[in-house]
Amino acid sequence: MAKNNSLHPNSNGETDDSPNMLVYRKMEDVIARMQDEKNGIPIRTVKSFLSKIPSVFSGSDIVQWLLKNLCIEDQVEALHLGTLMAAHGYFFPISDHVLTLKDDGTFYRFQTPYFWPSNCWEPENTDYAVYLCKRTMQNKARLELADYEAESLARLQRAFARKWEFIFMQAEAQAKVDKKRDKIERKILDSQERAFWDVHRPVPGCVNTTEVDIKKSSRMKNPHKTRKSVYGLQNDIRSHSPTHTPAPEAKQPTEEELREQIKFWQAQLDRHRLKMSKVAESLLSYTEQYSDYDPFLSTPDPSNPWISDDTTLWEMEASKEPGQTRVRRWGFGIDEVLKDPVGREQFLKFLESEFSSENLRFWLAVQELKRRPIREVPTRVQEIWEEFLAPGAPSAINVDSKSYDKTTQNIKDPGRYAFEDAQEHIYKLMKSDSYSRFIRSSAYQELLQAKKKKSKNLF
Amino acid sequence: MGEMEQLRKEAESLKDEITAARKAVQDLTLQDHVAGTAVVGRVQLKTRKTLRGHLSKIYAVHWGDSKLCVSASQDGKLIVWDSYTTNKVHAIPLKSSWVMTCAYAPSGNMVACGGLDNMCSIYNLKGKDGNVKVMRELAAHTGYLSCCRFLNDNEIITSSGDCTCVLWDIETGSQKTVFAGHLGDCMSLGVAPDFNTFISGACDFTAKLWDIRDGQCRQTFGGHESDINAIGFFPNGNAVITGSDDASCKLYDLRSDQELITYQDSGIMCGVTSLAPSFSGRLILAGYDDFNCNIWDSLKAERVGVLSGHDNRVSCIGVTPDGMACCTGSWDSFLKIWN
Repeated sequence: MAKNNSLHPNSNGETDDSPNMLVYRKMEDVIARMQDEKNGIPIRTVKSFLSKIPSVFSGSDIVQWLLKNLCIEDQVEALHLGTLMAAHGYFFPISDHVLTLKDDGTFYRFQTPYFWPSNCWEPENTDYAVYLCKRTMQNKARLELADYEAESLARLQRAFARKWEFIFMQAEAQAKVDKKRDKIERKILDSQERAFWDVHRPVPGCVNTTEVDIKKSSRMKNPHKTRKSVYGLQNDIRSHSPTHTPAPEAKQPTEEELREQIKFWQAQLDRHRLKMSKVAESLLSYTEQYSDYDPFLSTPDPSNPWISDDTTLWEMEASKEPGQTRVRRWGFGIDEVLKDPVGREQFLKFLESEFSSENLRFWLAVQELKRRPIREVPTRVQEIWEEFLAPGAPSAINVDSKSYDKTTQNIKDPGRYAFEDAQEHIYKLMKSDSYSRFIRSSAYQELLQAKKKKSKNLF
Repeated sequence: MGEMEQLRKEAESLKDEITAARKAVQDLTLQDHVAGTAVVGRVQLKTRKTLRGHLSKIYAVHWGDSKLCVSASQDGKLIVWDSYTTNKVHAIPLKSSWVMTCAYAPSGNMVACGGLDNMCSIYNLKGKDGNVKVMRELAAHTGYLSCCRFLNDNEIITSSGDCTCVLWDIETGSQKTVFAGHLGDCMSLGVAPDFNTFISGACDFTAKLWDIRDGQCRQTFGGHESDINAIGFFPNGNAVITGSDDASCKLYDLRSDQELITYQDSGIMCGVTSLAPSFSGRLILAGYDDFNCNIWDSLKAERVGVLSGHDNRVSCIGVTPDGMACCTGSWDSFLKIWN
């Protein structure tokens, strides 16, 4: 599919297309293929009882065509896609207001491009009133109003009581014109018109596919592109879709914007890029390592509470006694230990036994500092400085001189990130030193090998 | 005019050089590397719970922990659910019913929401008298609030239709940092596992990585052909997943600074509204406008499952922090829990 200029936003972030337009474009491409003389769905006229049913094909025809011509796996998917296209009004069941696809002999017909949703229809209630009114004037069983339509008509009569005479006249005029049409042509046009209204005034309980996400509707410009009057423009019948027309050029950036862009791209150019092979390897090994812990891939131990109705797993997580699988995860990397409150506790306990816990305690204190309210920050910064970094600090940590100097400067104007450099240095130290000792320690190994005991603190 | 022409040329040549630099590290594609790995088997998740109570379209849902989640609906309510028992823990009436997003604080003490009122309202769930009240109204955005995420009880990041993202100090209600640079409405944001950076997806078809501390945009990723509606980090924190109106999802890697793979299928025509990775990242669950949620094998880029059960668009999705279940929210007013 060729890229369309109207896809790119101008510098105000506005696009010319409604957000549904992309979807319409794709559907219309499929419809075009479906209507192809050679490879499309065979359309035929069916003789029934005393009359002919013109221009139809069956639901099964559609399903079979979809399976054959699109990369669709199975009938369920074909039905889903077909129902989607029917719900948007591109083809419709000729004897039902509800727009779904059935894989059987139900007859369907194509919608005329005039009524395609890509025309940005927003038909008014007055048009709907004219339409329903017109239907009551036609003495044909197939045009009888359904219950919900009769209710709508009653409501509209009350709402438009003052201009009902005008609406009635419009309906009469249209009914007259319709009567003059060829019988077969009328059947087809009537059904297409009805399908149009089934999209814009769906049966209660059915989804209105013309609804737009409110986040997007505020961005749509070009209100003049919206078509509101169904019956005023009968001469303007398009035979092809408006979704493939080109759109105006996007706005050009200003000089200042260009300079900013250049600065940004220059910085981007200078960045180091890791080889794809390394990236792919790391993604693969990460997912493999964690797949045992992914409840969608491996059955959790003892069970997934959502499936078994047994909450033991959650109780074990909450208890202070960590299970084997949890302890094993701490071995994946220092972040796993630091993420898990029980892991942190065990790590701290181990370091305290070695009298080397100041690094971890500093790291934890700085993490906690970053979550404090602003007014508490200066005091806390001072406290951390006194405890860990000031000359003669009781829990003195070993930081490189560069970070130390920077931190000394930072605490003069204390903010949440005053200890950022020091923290980074300490993190690297812990990762390479304290953490590996912890994993190799007998304390950790014992936890890892411990037999699963039933937690005493179940309640 | 000559200078503008020169600048334009410079910008274009820089972009070309970056494209070349990205290509230079493409010694192997992701597909090549995982060619020997088997596709994850068919994933069939079942609905375990249906949360009923909203009266209109659900626009957002966010997990607080393994059981509690908060949802926002156009019926003007924020509901905090104990999803396991399906009980409503809190039903919070909102001043504005045009809500588009909601978030649960990691501590469980607060929830936030916002929408067409251009504000982010913070609610305290643990008030002294047990009533849930508005704690703070963060107002400064000049466009709708599309997404918000707590960093902690004091800081929250918001994304807006005014094309910016903002880091707020909740206690003072002030903007600490404004992240400007997107050329279109920001639709979604995701915070990195280490809380040092966050990503945003916008209607300018790009995703940006931001440094929370200095407010700078560190990287920009393009390639989508329409609005990016959903964004999230891969669990290892080194890759980003996006979902777009162009009916595809993409995986971008931060360290090689480029797109790794696209998740799309000619049978999928409708836009992606929401996404969430499974615990290991091997599966990506994405919600679409065609009422379904598709499950992708993130490494092999094949569809391995479908969640169908909603009668209208799937507007939001989330996986619990422990990965045990996922929740989908829909315009059909229901939330469903699957695994």
